[in-house]
Amino acid sequence: MLTVNLILVLVVLTNLKLLGSSRLGASIRVVAAQGVVLGLLPILAHLHELSLRFALLAAGTIAIKGVVFPWLLFRAVREAEVTRQIEPYVGYVASLIAGVLALGVSFWMCTRLPLPEGIASPWLVPVSFFSIFAGLFLIVSRKRAVSQVLGFLVLENGIYTFGVGVTARTPLLVEAGVLLDVFVAVFVMGITIFHINREFDHIESDRLSTLKD
Amino acid sequence: MILALVILPLVAGLAAFGLARSALRRGVLIGTAVAHAALTAACWASPPAPALAGWLALDAAGLLFLSITSGLFLVVSFYVVGYLGQEANRRATDPEEGFLFDNAPEAVFIGCLLLFLSAMTLVTVSQHFGLLWVAIEATTLASAPLIYFHRHHRSLEATWKYLLICSVGIALALLANFFLNVAAAPADSGGSSMVLSHLVASAPSLQTPWLKAACLLFFVGYGTKMGLAPLHTWLPDAHSEAPSAISALLSGAVLNCAFLGLVRMQQVCVAAGLGDFGRDVWLALGVVSLVVGAIFILGQTDYKRLLAYSSVENMGILAIGVGLGGAGAFGAMLHAVNHSLAKAMLFLLSGNILTRYRSKNISQVRGLLAVAPATGVLWMVGFLAITGTPPFGLFLSKFTILKAAFDGGHVWLAAFFLAFLAIIFIGMTTAFLGMAQGEPPKQTRRDRDLWWQLLPPAVLGLLVLWLGLAVPARLSGVLHQIASTLGGTQ
Repeated sequence: MLTVNLILVLVVLTNLKLLGSSRLGASIRVVAAQGVVLGLLPILAHLHELSLRFALLAAGTIAIKGVVFPWLLFRAVREAEVTRQIEPYVGYVASLIAGVLALGVSFWMCTRLPLPEGIASPWLVPVSFFSIFAGLFLIVSRKRAVSQVLGFLVLENGIYTFGVGVTARTPLLVEAGVLLDVFVAVFVMGITIFHINREFDHIESDRLSTLKD
Repeated sequence: MILALVILPLVAGLAAFGLARSALRRGVLIGTAVAHAALTAACWASPPAPALAGWLALDAAGLLFLSITSGLFLVVSFYVVGYLGQEANRRATDPEEGFLFDNAPEAVFIGCLLLFLSAMTLVTVSQHFGLLWVAIEATTLASAPLIYFHRHHRSLEATWKYLLICSVGIALALLANFFLNVAAAPADSGGSSMVLSHLVASAPSLQTPWLKAACLLFFVGYGTKMGLAPLHTWLPDAHSEAPSAISALLSGAVLNCAFLGLVRMQQVCVAAGLGDFGRDVWLALGVVSLVVGAIFILGQTDYKRLLAYSSVENMGILAIGVGLGGAGAFGAMLHAVNHSLAKAMLFLLSGNILTRYRSKNISQVRGLLAVAPATGVLWMVGFLAITGTPPFGLFLSKFTILKAAFDGGHVWLAAFFLAFLAIIFIGMTTAFLGMAQGEPPKQTRRDRDLWWQLLPPAVLGLLVLWLGLAVPARLSGVLHQIASTLGGTQ
């Protein structure tokens, strides 16, 4: 219970750090750290019914989110030689305020839903909602393609938090499929970023604005 | 049998990445498409046994959408082979801005195309909601490289929007899956709680608040992929920048796959007694899509975007049909078949027009009937079909939905539906007639169309015509079976 709560607090703090951070490299590291911390969640949330399934899930998550994704994204950033600034549409202070508001809304929303029994911590659901909001906010408020991918990863981490913490009975095949899909998604996004870089000499998605009505 | 349907294109796709000779690759593409269609036809003759402990099974809805996907892929694969014969591995000049660009390697294109077929097949046969999610996300990932076939900045922009918007949308559908799992937790008896038949059977004991939340998130998630307004923003870009054969598959098959995901959700909602709640959301999204489609069709300057917005409109019609339930749901299923065929036909023809006129601008394309009579005639046939003129199939399906609206007492909805169909008809008429008639630009090529440019769209056109004259009894039976699971007054 205590360790689960500690992880959830870390997730909240990393989200706030991402919302207020102006440096791309630091943001990639923070998302990687969040991935590793969340990788421990399936083991800690189900300590009493520990099985090979959760160990495999934890190992896979840590390997992909903590090692493969940061490597891919650092590669994309390095080859793109982008300036280290994140360049937001919404300023950092405003982002942080929005983040705190989202945190409040998440906790309020959870008072409206009947929480399932046997859940590892009452904070699991609100924190997962907060990560989802923070991820969505990062996607729409940042210009760089890499930052948008980071937002997507935070969003996915939020959904993962809910899935691992609340629903214990998702079969391994589906979990593996989800992990594989996310991996391929980030992989394809990385390749696309590489092409965006080659085409535009920099990777700002706000340059992607020719197509409109 | 079901496993073979999924694995065959998967293996062929992976093999296509490694094949060195292009003739062999194209052979593999055609061969796989034919074999897949044959297997699908065999499924009509004798229903296949479920596989993987009931996770993969072919029910009426699955069979219908599998047939659409497989049939469309077969027709389009012939067009693709001809297209690659002209376009593969060469530099090309952009018709609009005049710069040079490369095309993606043919091995990647054909490989992804076959993986795409495998993912779509998995969508149609999945009975497990988690597996369904994995498959729908896989269709996004396999089709993204296809949209980026022409390697220039516009297609790159379209690909990025497609990837990001659809991935975020589908991520929310994953959350919906978890919500559904929580809703089903009290009635759970071992890991099978996410299988459709099990959910429907235990529906009355599902927790209502979680089920409602799941339902709304499914609408956001799969609605994005299906192109329901206001979540459609990726759709016109991807459809206008992808090669025409890919646009045809996106519009005719992928949108239907996402639609199937939502239909599955509605089946659970109906069984849980939340059918009316789901139907209201269907109706709202359908009406918004119809309005958005009509607004952007009027005064549209790009004919591929025109077809894309017509897809938004038609997805709206499908949503309205399901929202009405009963006979409306029957009409929606029939409309899904008709729309796939007609829209794929038009997208293939738009490819012919683009190679001839080197422009996607409606005002640049004049005198199509004089320059290329065969393409021109088919283009007009496609126009009559998509706007729902008798005797084409779309007339029948739109009429069924309209009649369901009147019979259900939704007079205002029916009047609104008719008014917007009329507006869209006017918008499309201006565009299509202008393109068909008039004085062609001087530098336009006047050589004859090739067989692969004409035969696939002609076959699709004949099928739409056939469905307008008579709906086969077997097909009608399947449509009734699906409609009966979607609630509403029968």
